[in-house]
Amino acid sequence: MSEEKYIPKNKLTKWFDSRLPLLTLSHHLKSYPTPKNLNYWWTFGGILTFCLITQIITGLVLAMHYVAHVDYAFQSIEHIMRDVNYGWLIRYVHANGASMFFLAVYIHIFRSLFYGSYKAPREVIWIIGLLIYILMMATAFMGYVLPWGQMSFWGATVITNLFSAIPFVGESITTWLWGGYSVDNPTLNRFYSLHYLLPFLTFGLVILHIWALHIPGNNNPVGIDVKKNSNETMPFHPYMVMKDLLALLLFISVFLWFVFFAPNVLGHPDNYIEANPLVTPAHIVPEWYLLPFYAILRAIPSKLGGVIFMFAAIFILMLLPWLDTSKVRSAIFRPIYKKLFWVLLFVVILLGYLGAKPPEGIYLILSRLATAYYFIHFLVILPLLGRYEKTDPLPQSISDPVLDKPGMLDKFKKSAAEYEGENVESFK
Amino acid sequence: MLSHLNKYLKKTIITIFVSLIPLTVFSEEKNTNLIETKWTFNGIFGTFDRSSLQRGYQVYTEVCSGCHSVQYLSYRNLSEKGGPEFSIAETKAIASQFEVEDGPNNEGEMFMRSAKLSDKFTKPYPNVEASTAANGGAYPPDMSVLAKARAGGADYIYSLLLGYEEAPAGFELDDGVYYNKYISGNKIKMSEPLFDGIVEYTDGTDSSKKQLAKDVTAFLVWASEPHLESQHRIGFKTIVYLIVLIMLVYMSKQKVWSRFNSKPEEEDEEIFDKVEKVITKYEGEDTKTFK
Amino acid sequence: MNNKNKTKRRDFLFTATYTIGAVGLASAIWPLVDQMNPDSSVKAASTTEVDVSGVKAGKSITVLWRGKPIFIKRRTTKEIDEAKNVDLKDLKDPQKDSDRAKNPEWLVMVGVCTHLGCVPLGDKGDYKGWFCPCHGSHYDSSGRIRKGPAPKNLEIPKYEFVNNNTIKIG
Repeated sequence: MSEEKYIPKNKLTKWFDSRLPLLTLSHHLKSYPTPKNLNYWWTFGGILTFCLITQIITGLVLAMHYVAHVDYAFQSIEHIMRDVNYGWLIRYVHANGASMFFLAVYIHIFRSLFYGSYKAPREVIWIIGLLIYILMMATAFMGYVLPWGQMSFWGATVITNLFSAIPFVGESITTWLWGGYSVDNPTLNRFYSLHYLLPFLTFGLVILHIWALHIPGNNNPVGIDVKKNSNETMPFHPYMVMKDLLALLLFISVFLWFVFFAPNVLGHPDNYIEANPLVTPAHIVPEWYLLPFYAILRAIPSKLGGVIFMFAAIFILMLLPWLDTSKVRSAIFRPIYKKLFWVLLFVVILLGYLGAKPPEGIYLILSRLATAYYFIHFLVILPLLGRYEKTDPLPQSISDPVLDKPGMLDKFKKSAAEYEGENVESFK
Repeated sequence: MLSHLNKYLKKTIITIFVSLIPLTVFSEEKNTNLIETKWTFNGIFGTFDRSSLQRGYQVYTEVCSGCHSVQYLSYRNLSEKGGPEFSIAETKAIASQFEVEDGPNNEGEMFMRSAKLSDKFTKPYPNVEASTAANGGAYPPDMSVLAKARAGGADYIYSLLLGYEEAPAGFELDDGVYYNKYISGNKIKMSEPLFDGIVEYTDGTDSSKKQLAKDVTAFLVWASEPHLESQHRIGFKTIVYLIVLIMLVYMSKQKVWSRFNSKPEEEDEEIFDKVEKVITKYEGEDTKTFK
Repeated sequence: MNNKNKTKRRDFLFTATYTIGAVGLASAIWPLVDQMNPDSSVKAASTTEVDVSGVKAGKSITVLWRGKPIFIKRRTTKEIDEAKNVDLKDLKDPQKDSDRAKNPEWLVMVGVCTHLGCVPLGDKGDYKGWFCPCHGSHYDSSGRIRKGPAPKNLEIPKYEFVNNNTIKIG
């Protein structure tokens, strides 16, 4: 299906659209051609947009009742939970919404890793996506400080102390971040201010992310380029809209299950104890979505080293489009990469598990091994694999009949392998 | 193609749930030895047992409130829906037993008056420091959100209340420290609070130690989550609603996609629409030939 | 299958989906709207008891109730007579003085001008009652609007005498 140019139907729309092409934009968004073989892993972009908007709206509403002051913050949260009409609902949606947002973003990122969506010509989309992810982590961290519970306070203390690892200026930087000599009222106020601001920056980046996506168009499970104006694509509306909507509703069901029936499962009980600068909780753990990085931080036996490796674990992803040298995008046609993908996923989940455990004994050894593997995967394996891996032959188009029926693809690969060395060209 | 999508749909759902399992494992450091009780407030349809909450309030006032505050509860909460649901008159009578500070009056002085429904529960000590000093250096925690502030929640509180035992031989305890099976480190500074018959229940229920512990635990769970019942009620309605909507959206989606997947049928329908117009024109005549 | 029925069924399906979806959306928006209404702690804290034993005849005090000033005036017999002798026909918002003050000696009113919410000044204006400096509304000794842009008399809150010296407002 082709994307036709928008032609205004009457004088008024013509007049308006020539001055501000909103109608052209809306037409583009509706008719934007999407590969017809996108699977449900591709619905998470829409789900993430929903998450961001939900967080912004519920956050806006919570800000009407929250008091950013060390003496009142905890109390004002209880006021929201007890007195404000539906306050408990709005707060639980916001708190669990953060977890759901990260759940969706991790699925989105790993989908990209599996199908090679970060590869040319989509490197800019990938990098903007990572910037969004970094902003999300900063926003979530600062939001977690606001209820002023024990985990808020000690989480803030630990994370801001990371900066003290920087040689020479570290101490001055932490003092500057705190606005005092410890995490205190000035810190709470600036975190609140930034927690309010960053989601709007994120929103801006989301627009850029989508813009950058609409230049080359979507990748797809097969990973080969689609012919844009053919029966290989279908317009975004109504096809993808309906599919996204269905996936979104399923996602919302899981989300609301947590909100109504297990609202505190993803949080930590200690955060219902008001912040006390004199007592540190027995185990300080960040929210689950930051645990893998926390494990990397603690795996390195030097303060500065831990901080460097932790940040490197994120920034290394920015180089991924160039570290992965394989020309084939989708893991479906990369037998070794496919296995390594699952290994990486396992290692990241393992790191998350280890991040929640005390850094001692077997846990420490495992987190060191997992950290090492994480970096080796990106820095050593991927560059070499691209050069030496024997990939399966790619089908000629996404509407190749072999892709339509389950099992057929394997038969295709098998028979293609038998012809190996002979007439492989014809399969490409 | 469609069977493909169904397969993916299933996979997606399964993956979401499977990926959630480790999350729940991470967050709950469960003390597996806790006494597990069937609480009426657990589960999707969980509600509080009113009389248990009322008794729990009595245990709190007569036993706990000497040291522990519940500073975020107001007297009006006792009469609100989803709680102990004392009548307004009963609640007013309860509130009037307590004195709160008010003012300043016309002379600029603070004065004491009996509490009203809108007042917060009175505290045994004016601040944390006074409370700590009066209790041998251990602050008796505020109990407003206690049930949410302890891993294990209701089961933990219940177990702790029943977990006092003789210290095993060789286990050293300082003065004013007691042995408890369930607290981490087994040392607790609160002496055993509940004994059989320490409270005489106004409703005549037998006040065994277990009953007391059960009632006061229920009360504390309600105190930490006063809207728990609406939470469950709205939650159930929402889930039912979502199931209906998901079915409708699923069918609509299939309909929409069928246009793309089987083009010819779409064209057939267009032709049919035209035919239908003709039929309505000739209605009453021989419509059968058109079908 | 009959094609006509098929089309009809499809239309019905879409309409049902839209309708049910719209209902859900509206229910999701309601909590976001309702959270701005007075919360339960605000609604509960709605009574104030005032000790009026120190107020002399002809004087008034102002107390705060629900964030608004409440005028409590102990009127002189002259003021009561003036208020009672007004012809109702002269009033913009006709109301008998006896309907405004249960106990004629005590006038209890919300001290907020019914025009745009300013606080009127006591013992001022053309009618020896209250005068709102914002836009020039004149109230008489019963707090009724006599001149100016305000449409209504000063509002009487719900109140009762707990005893001779104490008024409970709300």
